[in-house]
Amino acid sequence: MSKAQKAEKGTLKKVLNYLRPYWALVALSILLSAAVVGLTLYVPVLIGRAIDRIIGPGQVDFAAVMALLIRIGVIVAATAGIQWLVNSINNKITYQVVRDVRDQAFRRLQILPLSYIDSHPVGGVVSQVIADVDQFTDGLLLGFTQLFTGVVTILGTLVFMLSIRPGIAAVVVVLTPLSFVVARFIATHTYSFFKQQSETRGEQTAFIDEMLGNQKVVKAFGQEAKNVEKFDEINERLEKCSLKSIFYSSLTNPCTRFVNNVVYAAVALAGALVCVASAGTAAPFTVGSLSALLSYANQYTKPFNEISGVVTELQNALACASRVFKLIAEPPQTPDDLDARVLENAAGRVDIDGAAFAYSPDKPLIENLNLHVKPGQRIAIVGPTGCGKTTLINLLMRFYDVDAGAVSVEGTDVRHITRRSLRANYGMVLQDTWLKAGTVRENLILGKPGATDEEIIAACKAAHAHSFIKRLPDGYDTVIGEDGGQLSQGQKQLLCIARIMLCLPPMLILDEATSSIDTRTEIRIQKAFNTMMEGRTTFIVAHRLSTIREADVILVMRDGHIIEQGDHETLLQKNGFYAKLYNSQFAA
Amino acid sequence: MKKLFIYLRDYRKESVLGPLFKLLEAGFELIVPLVVAAIIDKGIGSGDQEYIIKMCLVLVALGLVGLFCSVTAQYFAAKASVGFVKKLRHALYSHIQGFSYQTLDKVGISTLITRMTSDMNQVQTGLNLALRLLLRSPFVVFGAMIMAFTIDVQAALWFAAAIPVLSVVVFGIMLMSIPLYKKVQGLLDKVLGATRENLTGVRVLRAFGKEEAEIASFEEKNEALTDMQKYVGRISALMNPVTYVIINLAILFLIHTGAVRVEAGLITQGAVVALYNYMSQILVELIKLANLIINITKSVACGKRIQGVLDMPAGETAETGLEKGDSKYRVQFVHAGICYNEGADPALTDVSFAVLPGETVGVIGGTGSGKSTLVNLIPRFYEATEGRVFIDGQDVKAVDPAELRQRVGVVPQKAVLFKGTIRDNLRWGNENASDEDIMQAVRIAQAEDVVVSKGGLDAPVEQGGRNLSGGQRQRLTIARALVRKPDILILDDSSSALDFATDAALRKALREMDERPTVFIVSQRTSSIQQADQIIVLDDGKAAGAGDHFGLLETCPVYREIYESQFKKEAARA
Repeated sequence: MSKAQKAEKGTLKKVLNYLRPYWALVALSILLSAAVVGLTLYVPVLIGRAIDRIIGPGQVDFAAVMALLIRIGVIVAATAGIQWLVNSINNKITYQVVRDVRDQAFRRLQILPLSYIDSHPVGGVVSQVIADVDQFTDGLLLGFTQLFTGVVTILGTLVFMLSIRPGIAAVVVVLTPLSFVVARFIATHTYSFFKQQSETRGEQTAFIDEMLGNQKVVKAFGQEAKNVEKFDEINERLEKCSLKSIFYSSLTNPCTRFVNNVVYAAVALAGALVCVASAGTAAPFTVGSLSALLSYANQYTKPFNEISGVVTELQNALACASRVFKLIAEPPQTPDDLDARVLENAAGRVDIDGAAFAYSPDKPLIENLNLHVKPGQRIAIVGPTGCGKTTLINLLMRFYDVDAGAVSVEGTDVRHITRRSLRANYGMVLQDTWLKAGTVRENLILGKPGATDEEIIAACKAAHAHSFIKRLPDGYDTVIGEDGGQLSQGQKQLLCIARIMLCLPPMLILDEATSSIDTRTEIRIQKAFNTMMEGRTTFIVAHRLSTIREADVILVMRDGHIIEQGDHETLLQKNGFYAKLYNSQFAA
Repeated sequence: MKKLFIYLRDYRKESVLGPLFKLLEAGFELIVPLVVAAIIDKGIGSGDQEYIIKMCLVLVALGLVGLFCSVTAQYFAAKASVGFVKKLRHALYSHIQGFSYQTLDKVGISTLITRMTSDMNQVQTGLNLALRLLLRSPFVVFGAMIMAFTIDVQAALWFAAAIPVLSVVVFGIMLMSIPLYKKVQGLLDKVLGATRENLTGVRVLRAFGKEEAEIASFEEKNEALTDMQKYVGRISALMNPVTYVIINLAILFLIHTGAVRVEAGLITQGAVVALYNYMSQILVELIKLANLIINITKSVACGKRIQGVLDMPAGETAETGLEKGDSKYRVQFVHAGICYNEGADPALTDVSFAVLPGETVGVIGGTGSGKSTLVNLIPRFYEATEGRVFIDGQDVKAVDPAELRQRVGVVPQKAVLFKGTIRDNLRWGNENASDEDIMQAVRIAQAEDVVVSKGGLDAPVEQGGRNLSGGQRQRLTIARALVRKPDILILDDSSSALDFATDAALRKALREMDERPTVFIVSQRTSSIQQADQIIVLDDGKAAGAGDHFGLLETCPVYREIYESQFKKEAARA
């Protein structure tokens, strides 16, 4: 068994696991579809019998025909009813399985380590949860409705045909798999065209994504005509391989249909000859039987065509499913200890001892980092891009765990504190503002769900956000779009600050918290910031040295190390890296 | 939608031949029941074995001709649909290239991308199917009816009765389910939004311990989607059973009528079998048609979305007969202003200033004060809705946009690079730049160490410049603008990712350039602009002051406030 087949089998097993809760429905669906197939196949038999009672003028048995017609009517009604039931059950199973898969994928996302989320593009993960699952839905539904009924139809038809005339049925049985062979032949030979098509299509999508995504830059540099040229080159290639793959794959249907027509002709021939030969014998082969047999020959061959289509569809669905399952199987972050400490109202003592950390083992970033923060101290972190400022925050919040050494709060290693309580003790404002789609109020109360209107307004006034919120169309109930929508970067940042001012946790992390706010507004909210920082251990990352000057301790970081440490005056006197940075601000 | 079909013009032959061959094939299919009837009535009736064999060979021959016809049809359909979409994609992409910034803002990039990709694919599938099958199904349905009439008029009346009922049912169910399918798409969008938001906000959400709340809200949205899917599913699941019942009812009446007609000696038993076969063919076609129509409805919706973009005006043109300004100045604004959306507050009002060649202009102001808007008016990325903007005395609206932009080097706020080598990227500024020209620009942009550390100009740049840090990207984008040796250089807050020392070195190098361009520096930092020949201070879209650093400190309270917010008062006095 090839590796791919093995993987496919593993995925199939997982799909079956998801089906388990619905086993009763699945069983019912199988039972009812079998009934539908049986009844559908029985109808032509009855119609054949009716036709046999209409032989010619004066040879029509009206009573028998009527009785048969009524029977057919009842059976047809029953079939239709059951068929609808089967369809609805299949829908139900499919959509619920898919819902379960999505829920589970989403639950897994909540416990995946940040390292996973940081290293996978959002678009990719979203397409696993949405597009792949959608493809899987289509495949599953199709598999349910067509694969199973297809197989049952083939078997059922076979039984009926054999019961009518084994000899002629044998003709069908021998010839029909031909269409299978034809379909397989075409499928294997078009595979390479399809692959080429999807590769070229991928290339074109990547080009469109990159260029349209930055269309303004393209225009600014007058690259429009050149881009159209590049686009056309890919477009031409795509046309060629699309034409090949579409044309060759669309040969399947005509070819298998031709095989079917041959089978049909063979049945007509054999049937008619048997009719003639058996005329007048004790067990004549009637015209009605022949008509039923012909209708079966048609029904028998159809599922073969469908199944070959469904199998490709199913393979695709399984491939998509395996991508989602891979996400669900990603190892989660180490769970909290069972006896982990629940940190409540930390005083604010933070110790980092000999911490080491790297995003990838071959590129060590932080090595032997030591820091001891007393409650209420204000720590500013400065340094050039990539020096490890943001990483330090990741370690404090335990978004990442240290590779060596320890980070502790109130003397307890953060790895022995529940994540939730640790994070609840920090209030964090990041440079990358993030707001959820919802009302302004919903965003503000994220950290304090029960806040009263008075509290909310007070916090917003302190953050100088009240006046612009008031001017929004619905004030605090204005719905803002995904990621802040129409708000400016500065306004978003003010909301993030107000959000923290509302819940006031005992420790603060301000990572370029005012980078998008103009300096005048910044000065105005500085007072509120100062009040907030009073008595709270605060970590500040900022480019603007003016914000940093008042810190108790300034950490100057470079390449993952703290190279200088002290307050503003001491560091200036030291005339080192900090002094250089600070003075460059005034350099003419 | 109609307008899209002009792109089918070059494939007129294919789009006629495709359906035509398909109809031929269907026509041959319709003969089959007649042949079978002949076998039954003549062959079996008279026991003529030779006749039976001959007729069965006719069946095989019909199949062969059908095969030939349908293969031909598939080829023409594939060729027409693939070619059509190729042309359409080209047309749409070229059309988008002509969009102004304003249109791009209004439409949104992500929707343009889906329209270029997934909507196009759906249109291709839909057209291909339509060319192959759209005519075929009605042809078979009506063809079967007509054939039935040739066999026996009275029995065929059941066909005439069944077909309208079937149409009502098929279209009724479709009309009911299409809006519901749209709702499903809407709910799916919400689930997608929730997933995306959860990922982009992962730090904030985990910081606030919101994991459980997020799960609850996701599951609620997911459940709503599932419920709607099941609901639509139940309705569309009616299609097959109901059509099955109608067809079979028609068959029952047909057989009854047939029985009466046979009894009266008006038709034969074989004719009844043929009539029954025609009815069965209709059933098969209807099932195919239902799938086809769902697919085509989707394609029509996608086609409309594409048409929507094509209908948007594009192509910025140079206007004629505009007044000239003072040609002494490189850039001159006369009461210029812009309002992005009708009825909204203007983003910029009544700004006037004039800049000589080689001068440096600083633009400063708070968040949302209109700084970027102001510089975007110069290369006519946006058009002034009031007042005038001149370059060398020419109204920017009177200059060919491509020519205009050739003279301007822009370093946008967001530092974007493209997949390729560093050289490819820098040559965006000037296709014919020599390596020496490029390196000169790189040195001015303080990016020499970036190029060296990456291994020279041939070093690969990944999509979006992922393999470079923010500061490295920013310096390369500055170099890219300089490679063009522009008359006007615009730095739109583009030193924000640079530390103070690099920022200062960059400004020094710009000042020392041989052919010094007119430079516009947009910044929030007074330190970046205080050396400028003139500084424009913006506050809420209005000019709050203009002049040089020291003059503004005296006369402009807004400027003073900004300055003092960044420097100690003592430093200001020193």
